[in-house]
This record gives sequence, structure tokens and C-alpha cells, in this order.
Amino acid sequence: MVKKNKGNSRVTVYPDWCKGCGICIEFCPKKVLEFDAHGKCSVVREDDCIHCGFCELHCPDFAIVVTEKKSGETAS
Amino acid sequence: MEITGNEIIHQYLRHNKKFPHVLCPGCGHGIVLGTLIRSVHHLGLPKDDVVIVAGIGCSGRLAVYVDFNTVHTTHGRALTFATGIKMANPKLNVICLMGDGDALSIGGNHMIHAARRNIGITALILNNNIYGMTGGQSSPATPEGAVSMTAPFGQLEKSFDTVQLACGAGANFVARGTVFHVNNLEKLMIKAIERPGFNMLEIITPCHTQFGRKNKYKTSVEMYRWLKANALDRERYEELEESKRGDKFPVGVFVERDEPGLEERYAELKARFSAGRNG
Repeated sequence: MVKKNKGNSRVTVYPDWCKGCGICIEFCPKKVLEFDAHGKCSVVREDDCIHCGFCELHCPDFAIVVTEKKSGETAS
Repeated sequence: MEITGNEIIHQYLRHNKKFPHVLCPGCGHGIVLGTLIRSVHHLGLPKDDVVIVAGIGCSGRLAVYVDFNTVHTTHGRALTFATGIKMANPKLNVICLMGDGDALSIGGNHMIHAARRNIGITALILNNNIYGMTGGQSSPATPEGAVSMTAPFGQLEKSFDTVQLACGAGANFVARGTVFHVNNLEKLMIKAIERPGFNMLEIITPCHTQFGRKNKYKTSVEMYRWLKANALDRERYEELEESKRGDKFPVGVFVERDEPGLEERYAELKARFSAGRNG
């Protein structure tokens, strides 16, 4: 079940695999992701992520992983 | 801890291959590959029991990256190789990855006869409306009026309706999905893999490099927006008046039959003869 709690997810982008197509950036409901200076995807507002999983499922290059934060980590 | 999403996919990839893969930025084929891996993982099939047979084209490149039994065959003949594999070892789950040019023009003949025979193959047809790898020539699925390299003033011919073709040819399961509606696509793909007989799933996937740029889609994201706006559930599409349909197209399940596959009937025949000889 998808948990819609803000601030509980960790979004990781592998820049080596990202080709900068921008699908994740365009369709992210909370605008968590943005283009960086190299034209690739970067995480800017991780605390807003609601763990909907759109970016992870729609990344054609498997370059994004969204996980829950471990219990030791707190939402900053 | 249970792994999810792309971490599952990373477990099924061949990491001795060069990544990122060769497909263009924004190509939907990568999403299809991800969905295929998640579907196989969901069904819990061992890697050794899955055979991916791919033809030539951008879709043929997908077989290179996954750690199943994979065959990269000649143009249009993916289904013929798959037929041989399934008849020789019916326990295997044979999945064909074909493009629209591969399955409908060069391999069109094999496609209708595999459907007619109802052999237990899952045929995934990745329809990107164009011959992407060879430079953007018109394919049988290029819509009427669309610009391509061989139709610079717009395509004059009508395009194939893959779903109707497979229904008419007698396939057991016919469905259509898009790469934008991934969760729906995954459900359809799971069904297509686990059901008996010939299961055809058409997947609409955008090709921005060869099709989109010539047809006024400035970015690949615009093609995904087009998919989002135009894919309609089959029931909702049928309720819509014909004048309002425009570019819209139906997605979902079109045919669901439960007829035994060719390999099952062949096994029955073999059992009958061997029983006759012994008794």
C-alpha cells in the first residue's frame, strides 16, 4: 500500500543512467524533481515526496529509486 | 527488507552490458522492459523458465539487457523461433518482443498464423508508429496523415488496427495498453503471460526521435501528454459518439477466450497414440 505521508521517502537518482528525458520532472505531482546544470534529473524537494511511485515506474532508464526512510532517519 | 520498484529491475538486468541502454531519451521501450520484469517478478517465474524472443528493431534491443533465456532473431521471424521453442519445450514461458514493423509488415504473416494456431506464446507488440531504428520510414501502424521520412507530405495509407487483426485471426487474449498507464499495463501483461494460448498485447509507446519531431511534438514529454489525453478505457470509448472520437483510442481487454493452446492439443494427441500402441 502506498503511504501518502510527506517526508517519509528517500528519492535517489543515478545520474550515470539518467538521460534527461524529463518525464519524471514533468509529471511529478509535488514537483520534487528538477533539471540540474547538466540537464539531468536531480532531487530538490525530497520532503514533499508522497511516494506515489510515478517517477520510479515511468523512468525508461531505471535511474530513480524511491524507498522509505529508515527508522533512524528523521524528516528534516 | 522487501525490495520494490526499480530495485527489482536491477536484479534482473545483465550488468555486464553497457548501461544506460541504447534507447533514446524518453523512449517508451525502457518502460515496457521495466513492466515486463516486474510482471515476471510478480508471477514468481524462475529466470531459467522465461524465454524472451526478440526480432529486429529498437524493440529487439531489449532482449540484450535482461537476464532470462534470450534469442535475438531475424527481422519479422520472432514468432517462428518462438513457435519452435514452445513446441520443443512447452514448460517454458515464451514471450515475444516485436515492434510494429516487425510484427505487422515483415512478420505479418507469422503473426496471423500464430494467432490462428493459438500456440502458447505471449506476443508483446511495441507500437511506436514508425520504423525507428532504420531512420523513420512509414510502418503499417503509421497513422493516416502523419509525416514520416518516406511520407514527407503526410501518410496516404490507412494504418493497421492491430487489435482487430488479432481478434479476427483468433487469438485467445487480445489487449492494448500504453506506457503512460503503467499500472494498467502491468495488470494486462501479467494476464498475457499467465494465460494459455496465444496472447497478444499491443503497447503504444512513443518514438520522439523519429516520429514525434516530424509531427509537431517538441519534446518527448509532449508525446506522453498526448497518451494521457487520448487513451480511453474501452467502455468509455465505445460510449463516445463517433464524431467526438478524433485521435482517441481504446485501451483494455478486447478478447478473452479459454481455448487450449496448440502445444496442449499436440500433447493430447501424443498421449492418445502412445496409449493406443501400448494397449
